[in-house]
Amino acid sequence: MDAIKLRLLKEVAELDSLPVGAYNIRDNGQAGGRNTTANIDIHTKTDKPGIDIIIKPGTKNESVHIPVVISESGLKDMVYNDFFIGEDADVVIIAGCGIHNAGCGDSAHDGIHTFHLGKNARVRYVEKHYGEGEGSGKRFMNPTTVVHLDEGAHLEMETTQIGGIDDTTRKTTGDVAAGASLVVREKIMTVGEQTAITDFAVDMNGAGSSVNVISRSVAKEKSKQEFISRIIGSAPCAGHTECDAIIMDDAVVLASPQIEARHVDASLIHEAAIGKIAGEQLTKLMTLGLTEQEAEEQIINGFLA
Amino acid sequence: MLELQHVGFDVGGGREILHDINLTIDDRFVAITGPNGGGKSTLAKIIAGIYQPTSGKILFDGVDITNKTITERAKLGISYAFQQPVRFKGLRVKDLLSLAAGKKTDVDAACALLSEVGLCARDYIDRELNASLSGGELKRIEIAMVLARGTKLSIFDEPEAGIDLWSFNNLIRVFEKMHAETQGNILIISHQERILNIADTIVVVKAGELAAVGPRAELLPDLLSGVDSGTCSVLADKVEGVRA
Repeated sequence: MDAIKLRLLKEVAELDSLPVGAYNIRDNGQAGGRNTTANIDIHTKTDKPGIDIIIKPGTKNESVHIPVVISESGLKDMVYNDFFIGEDADVVIIAGCGIHNAGCGDSAHDGIHTFHLGKNARVRYVEKHYGEGEGSGKRFMNPTTVVHLDEGAHLEMETTQIGGIDDTTRKTTGDVAAGASLVVREKIMTVGEQTAITDFAVDMNGAGSSVNVISRSVAKEKSKQEFISRIIGSAPCAGHTECDAIIMDDAVVLASPQIEARHVDASLIHEAAIGKIAGEQLTKLMTLGLTEQEAEEQIINGFLA
Repeated sequence: MLELQHVGFDVGGGREILHDINLTIDDRFVAITGPNGGGKSTLAKIIAGIYQPTSGKILFDGVDITNKTITERAKLGISYAFQQPVRFKGLRVKDLLSLAAGKKTDVDAACALLSEVGLCARDYIDRELNASLSGGELKRIEIAMVLARGTKLSIFDEPEAGIDLWSFNNLIRVFEKMHAETQGNILIISHQERILNIADTIVVVKAGELAAVGPRAELLPDLLSGVDSGTCSVLADKVEGVRA
């Protein structure tokens, strides 16, 4: 792998070398390396691009890395990844996509990830998107995540996109069975003329299920963000969605959280706040000796940390 | 040493918040007191650079800082603990202590600072300065930030407000220790007798003017007896009743 790809790998998966445990690296649309373990198997799909990741029931303390790197300008990559996580497993899955576009063609990566969590399985899923490159070609990413949580399962999704991606639509849909819980933490920063859309729709259809969506975003310059979240409670359940955005310069932010109760014991809350950095926060940090610009950076970094 | 020369602050429409303030601060502890709305906090903010005076001059160690920014004044050695501490989503106690100290603050360094204000570093350094902290906790962290800076001039705006279950004696000990370390000037805005009691100099600000400046021994007895406090007779009688 060349220096550019290694840097992308570090950005999206915090990898300095090949990861320990199971991994599958997708390199410019091709297989770039794979490792399986006794408990985690990875197969290439035969009907369409992508892989099946099969994690045996009861697998504990193992991780799967599935980074994607694109350095070829003009490459449009589409991939289907299906995760089958066995009952009682407890694993960490680290995905991520880095695009370096030095040319004039638009580069894109659209990933469709489907998670099937067995009973009482626990998964922490980390996804990071990163773009760079001095070319005029744009960088697009449109991830779709579908989650099916069986009884008692727990999925924690952390998604991060801090700059570099020109246009993204992140779609997440899912269903959550009895006693299962889904936590989504999203962090987005857009600059320039970038656009980021989050479209989230999850149905809680089992007693004692819960969903918590926490989105924090910063929209700078002329960028645009949309946050659409829909949580449906069809059983005694608890749902919470929170969108907190800092708006700067000439950016536009639309927050549209929706909650729909279809059961008398569904307890649903939504919160949405959009505002500029509070003047008193800047003032406080300036009294500690920071310049206004340094204060702004600290506040944004903390907010998205 | 801080010198205010003919400092005025006019917010337009004929409203003058401060009028012709002439004051030299070169004592260990200087307490600013006076009725609410009299201009005490405005004076503190003018010293810190948060407000720009509309007339007059401010000198800090002989340097004219009247047109200097908040940042420049902070770098010259002025610290300011807000009356109402600011909350930050995402920034943690250790981040703010590090920014205040100008270097990375580890558990030991944070412990040295937080224990001074009665907080256990282990429980607090990773906490966000958000709504999950009580007013009293935020206030103590605010004081710890000024401690971390250790500057020549430290301004505290009503530091005792909201200090729950933590005695005044500790607060006073913090000021004493701070002075021993910085050998600087500590300016405290307060209504509390026990804080006025440690002041070398008391400054009374009323209706935007300096009503009195002098040694504690001279001013404190009159202040405590309520002479010329501007309180109406009904309220004064009730306060007397409570004291009795």
